[in-house]
Amino acid sequence: MLLFIEQLLNGLQFGLLLFLLAAGLTLVFGIMDMVNLAHGSLYMMGAYFAATFAAWTGSFIVGVVLALGATFLLGIVLEYVALRHLYGRDHLDHVLATFGLILFFNELVRVVWGPEGLSLPLPSWLTFPIRILPGVYYPAYRLGIIVVSLLVAGFLYVLVMRTRIGMLIRAGASNREMAGALGVNIKLLFTVVFGLGAALAGLAGLMQAPILTVQIGMGENILILAFVIIVIGGIGSIRGAFIAAVFVGLIDTLGRSFLPDLLRHILSSTAASTAAPAISSMLIYLLMAVVLVVRPEGLFPASRR
Amino acid sequence: MMKQSLLSVRGIAVAAVLLMLALLPVYSHVTGNIFALTLFTRVLIYALAAASLNLIMGYGGMMSFGHAAYLGIGGYAVGILAHEGILSGFIQWPVAIAVSALFALVIGALSLRTRGVYFIMITLAFAQMAYYIAAGMARYGGDDGLTIYKRSDFAGLIDLSDKVQFYYLCFVLLIAAVYLIHRIVNARFGMVVQGARSNERRMQAIGFPTYRYRLTCFVIAGTLCGIAGALLANNTDFVSPAIMYWTRSGDLMVMVILGGMGSLFGPVFGAIVLLVLEELLSQFTEYWQIILGPMLLLIVLFARGGIDGMLGRRDHD
Repeated sequence: MLLFIEQLLNGLQFGLLLFLLAAGLTLVFGIMDMVNLAHGSLYMMGAYFAATFAAWTGSFIVGVVLALGATFLLGIVLEYVALRHLYGRDHLDHVLATFGLILFFNELVRVVWGPEGLSLPLPSWLTFPIRILPGVYYPAYRLGIIVVSLLVAGFLYVLVMRTRIGMLIRAGASNREMAGALGVNIKLLFTVVFGLGAALAGLAGLMQAPILTVQIGMGENILILAFVIIVIGGIGSIRGAFIAAVFVGLIDTLGRSFLPDLLRHILSSTAASTAAPAISSMLIYLLMAVVLVVRPEGLFPASRR
Repeated sequence: MMKQSLLSVRGIAVAAVLLMLALLPVYSHVTGNIFALTLFTRVLIYALAAASLNLIMGYGGMMSFGHAAYLGIGGYAVGILAHEGILSGFIQWPVAIAVSALFALVIGALSLRTRGVYFIMITLAFAQMAYYIAAGMARYGGDDGLTIYKRSDFAGLIDLSDKVQFYYLCFVLLIAAVYLIHRIVNARFGMVVQGARSNERRMQAIGFPTYRYRLTCFVIAGTLCGIAGALLANNTDFVSPAIMYWTRSGDLMVMVILGGMGSLFGPVFGAIVLLVLEELLSQFTEYWQIILGPMLLLIVLFARGGIDGMLGRRDHD
């Protein structure tokens, strides 16, 4: 039971992290109609920036803040130099161009930081366990990720639904020409949205960094998961992305921790230990396939946004 | 149609490339450059896979981001049978073809219910599932892959261990596949599929059951790619889940788009250019992808229509 609660929280934490990544992706996708495979590279860059800045300044917090700023700027530069010329093109062009960007960023990281991974050590004030229920302890850092992600989710909701900028974003999404004709600087707006998405991806990357190692290609697996999430949730829908992300996080984590034991009842233990991780990774894609077959536009199609 | 355009720039380029491919083993024999032969065997196999992807992507408008799955399915069909002691190519290859067709039928039947970017993502999802299935097969090497100790045995008809014979097998299969695709897209069947790409609703209004046509096209492409997978497994004497990974599907898409989507020989050009470029750049610098990545971006931005697009306007294939 204790293990179950812990894994449930781990699943929630992973799901919320995925949400940060998926939110940026779904914003860019829903608003600019742009498939950005390089989003995972921004996640990776966020982690690398944080590890580097934290090592330079000797402070975790300063490193994190600098890294957030750096990924935001990187996103803006990327949009300005390359991606803005791709708006309005075929999705396939996006896939190809941003696939090229993935190759570029992976090699860039290898040139700058070398092929070995980095680590981002946690400060001591984040490494203790917190008692969440009588007898149930949970690492403070993971709890911190949950809190930060929920705050960001709330912030995004307020930003998009309750502020003037959010109104402009939604206007730009539903009718670009009309919003432009009414005097909204669409280009600038899109650039800022892209930067925001990049910063969100960077935040996800740097928060995940102390748990896993910072390494080349770390953004690729998780990028595919984020795509699965926005497709399940319905492209362009932040609410859909949130629900789908939590679902996917829970399925992935619970599958990984409990499936091996379940499988051991029906398979030999070696077969179970090889098959279980594979099956639990597959569950997510299965979920997506089922959702798409039943509702080809995802759970919360953006038209109802 | 092919005869007519033989004197155009495109016709000359295609003829030159085919001639070069046909004579490559001679060159390799004369100069003793075995490496060129190995490289171009791989090129031919990937060209076959890319040509099959082009059939659905270029002509059918079905943007499959999971086409590498069939490479893996064809490869694993050969690998698993070899592992179980069944070495005859007369069993291995028909099984590889049948299994990839079956998978394509199931994947296509479900995926073709969706449109646009959802189709891209659902095909990706199925390929990832296939990847994880392969990674979970403990008996067949799991993550580490499966070594194939003996290549498919065609009872003396052709010896796949002989580099030159293997090269020409790949060459002949590629030409046959391209010819098949040429016949398909110019037949009534292909016209319906292309019509469904341009305006599916109108095709349905005329009375064509477009879903069935598109699905058939999808299955043909998957099957052709499965054959490429069987070749690839024999070529590397090894098959692992990595050949189904999504970046591999990405590579295939890059080849098609680089060569020119919806052009008959485009994918062949694309495969040659991408793989040779990869080879050259990796000799020049260890960090070759740092050049290849922006190059892809520039091609998308400035060279629409790919290599085929540079050869002048297309009359139609």
